[in-house]
Amino acid sequence: MAVKRSDGRKPNELRPIIAKIGVVPNADGSALFAFGDTIAIAAVYGPRQLHPQHMQNPSKGVLRCNYDLLSFSVYDRKKPGPSRRSQEISKVTEWALIPAVYLEQFPNSVIDVQIYILQADAGTRTAGINAASMALAHAGIPMRDLVCSLAVGKLDKEIVVDITKEEEDFEDGEGATDLAIAKLANSDEFSLLQMDGKIQPELFNNALKAGAEACSKIYEVQKKALKEAINTLGSDE
Amino acid sequence: MKNKINEAHEAGEVFSDDSQESNRKIVVPGEIIVTGEDYLPGEGTRRDGDNIVSIKFGLAEESGRVVRIIPIFGAFIPRRSNVVVGRITDITYSGWLVDIDSAFSAFLSIEEFPKYINRNEMEQYLAIGDVISAKIWTLKNKNIDLTLKGKGLGKLESGFIFRIIPSRVPRVIGREGSMVNLIKERTGCNIVVGQNGWIWVSGQSLDSEIKARKAIEFVAGKVYVSGLTELVESWFMEAENGS
Amino acid sequence: MEVSNITKNTLSRMFSEGKRFDSRGLLDFREIEISGDVSNKSEGSARVKIGKTEVIAGVKLSVGEPYPDSPNKGNLMVSGDLLPLASPKFESGPPGFNAIELPRLVDRAVRESGIIDLSKLLIEKEKVWNLMIDIYPINDDGNIIDASLLAAVVALKNTYLPQIDKEGNIDYEKKKEKKLPLSPETVPISFSFFKLGDSIILDPTREEEEACDVRITLGISKWNGQHMINSCQKKGGEILTREDIEKITSILPEKFDELNKKLKKYI
Repeated sequence: MAVKRSDGRKPNELRPIIAKIGVVPNADGSALFAFGDTIAIAAVYGPRQLHPQHMQNPSKGVLRCNYDLLSFSVYDRKKPGPSRRSQEISKVTEWALIPAVYLEQFPNSVIDVQIYILQADAGTRTAGINAASMALAHAGIPMRDLVCSLAVGKLDKEIVVDITKEEEDFEDGEGATDLAIAKLANSDEFSLLQMDGKIQPELFNNALKAGAEACSKIYEVQKKALKEAINTLGSDE
Repeated sequence: MKNKINEAHEAGEVFSDDSQESNRKIVVPGEIIVTGEDYLPGEGTRRDGDNIVSIKFGLAEESGRVVRIIPIFGAFIPRRSNVVVGRITDITYSGWLVDIDSAFSAFLSIEEFPKYINRNEMEQYLAIGDVISAKIWTLKNKNIDLTLKGKGLGKLESGFIFRIIPSRVPRVIGREGSMVNLIKERTGCNIVVGQNGWIWVSGQSLDSEIKARKAIEFVAGKVYVSGLTELVESWFMEAENGS
Repeated sequence: MEVSNITKNTLSRMFSEGKRFDSRGLLDFREIEISGDVSNKSEGSARVKIGKTEVIAGVKLSVGEPYPDSPNKGNLMVSGDLLPLASPKFESGPPGFNAIELPRLVDRAVRESGIIDLSKLLIEKEKVWNLMIDIYPINDDGNIIDASLLAAVVALKNTYLPQIDKEGNIDYEKKKEKKLPLSPETVPISFSFFKLGDSIILDPTREEEEACDVRITLGISKWNGQHMINSCQKKGGEILTREDIEKITSILPEKFDELNKKLKKYI
């Protein structure tokens, strides 16, 4: 008997997505991406000078990601300043985006990606990666492909995509499993894989497949948002 | 005051041509632009089997067999022989450090000053905070070397500088300088458009300088509107009637 | 790029002739857009845009103990950060001076205005509300401070108290009914005046702000029917003359009334 999702969604159905380009006019590229109640904004500055000098890499550019939750994005206020969790997510976000960017074209420089969560309802790192991917493209950074990301869940035995906070806390049967993935939009190449829970090895691949299919819907939304940005150009973004 | 001459971007800025615009579609990285062995991957694209795939967000353009991307947004990527507008940030033993708003720092050697000067005269000629229009002479791994030797290069006095998105520069210059020349004529201002997006304006009056900036920003805000020249002409007429 | 000598010079001449690049008057504000609902996890939030400058603010409430020297009062704390996202100038890492100054200026303007009576935040003996306002600039195109105070005030006006159970635990998800008790009359607004040469301007763009030599920010509100200056901070190593200050204080009340009228529909 299939597990019913509390918001009535089908297992392969994503929450309503909002994607917008250019939300930070000062940045070279910026975007907002929301899965339902989870809202992320990302801004890209670069390529620009990297200080201190010893961090520079003469063979390729550095992609530097900073992810954090705004204090009021969660019910229990988060104190300002990086937490261990945000530091870890900053790093895996970097690893999720690096395969897509042609860093060899920017030796000795840095591309800074800033990601902030305005409102959190699970899947924040995945929303952040989706926003960052659009912001990088908006900034004119040469990329192999866009990056799409989402969290696949398993509620007891049922595989569902784009889980909410409530679904993360599911306790019946085998409990909840949370598999965050990111992939290059047009190929079977995964750049982020993080998982918590209990899942049989065969089901792991099913979950990956369900996630990859749902990612193609995210890609369509990202593409549309980028293309629409050109049609609504103002006088100086 | 001598008229400063700009060098047009080496890529053909063909935005003002109606028929060409309909050949262009907006693409995102990873998207297939065309399929076929005959096509050649130009700037901003790569070949993937039979497909030419975009690696940048912008307008895809076919020019004969070459497919390339015209960027709409993005930071300035310096190229050799680009004319840029920069600000002096420091004076060292052998030259000036210049901020040209790019990923690499730029250096103007005392040897590249248009006339011979002594080390202790350097500050008199170019002080911190001064503005120059210079050409990129060499581009090594992380250093840009500038030169002031050349027509239209040198210290920019009076007026002001401001920034537009670098990829809009070809639009502001126009085919063979037609757009920037139109604005110069209508305002009587001297204008230098740096490839790095920084633009210098200097005129006989504050009002003409303000008008020139507004005109430039008007043009920079339009990406591919055919008949832009006519639009700008009527913009100037309205501005004249309004004031 | 830092401001160049010629640009600073030109701006100075422009201001002395009452001119600005966007055709505004020297004391005119850009268009202001205000909205709420930035985060449904906050107890109140707001987004303020002044021109292209954008700041968001959110209010969070928790239950805690009063400070020993004010046993019958709740606690107010204003924090925030100059997110590196908002400007090519801002960097990650420990807060620079501007990041430290911003929440402190907002705090003083709010606290001294009397918009919140902290004694109304007493729940019972030894238990008070902690009221925390967090301010985040999203895009810096000048005049972040005035935009920040506005965002903080609108967020406060949108704030509802969360439900507490008998043991004093907060259930943030339960529907909120009580609004945060605020003075209906008093709305603190800040005006940051900037000086370049002999000219004084309000609401500079980032380009104008970077050319100016000195700034003075005044928080002003209405209290018992009278205009009251609640806070004042001068920034920068240049001087302000007595004339400058007299000019500023004489303009202040009418500017307050002007802006207050515009804000009526949002608060």
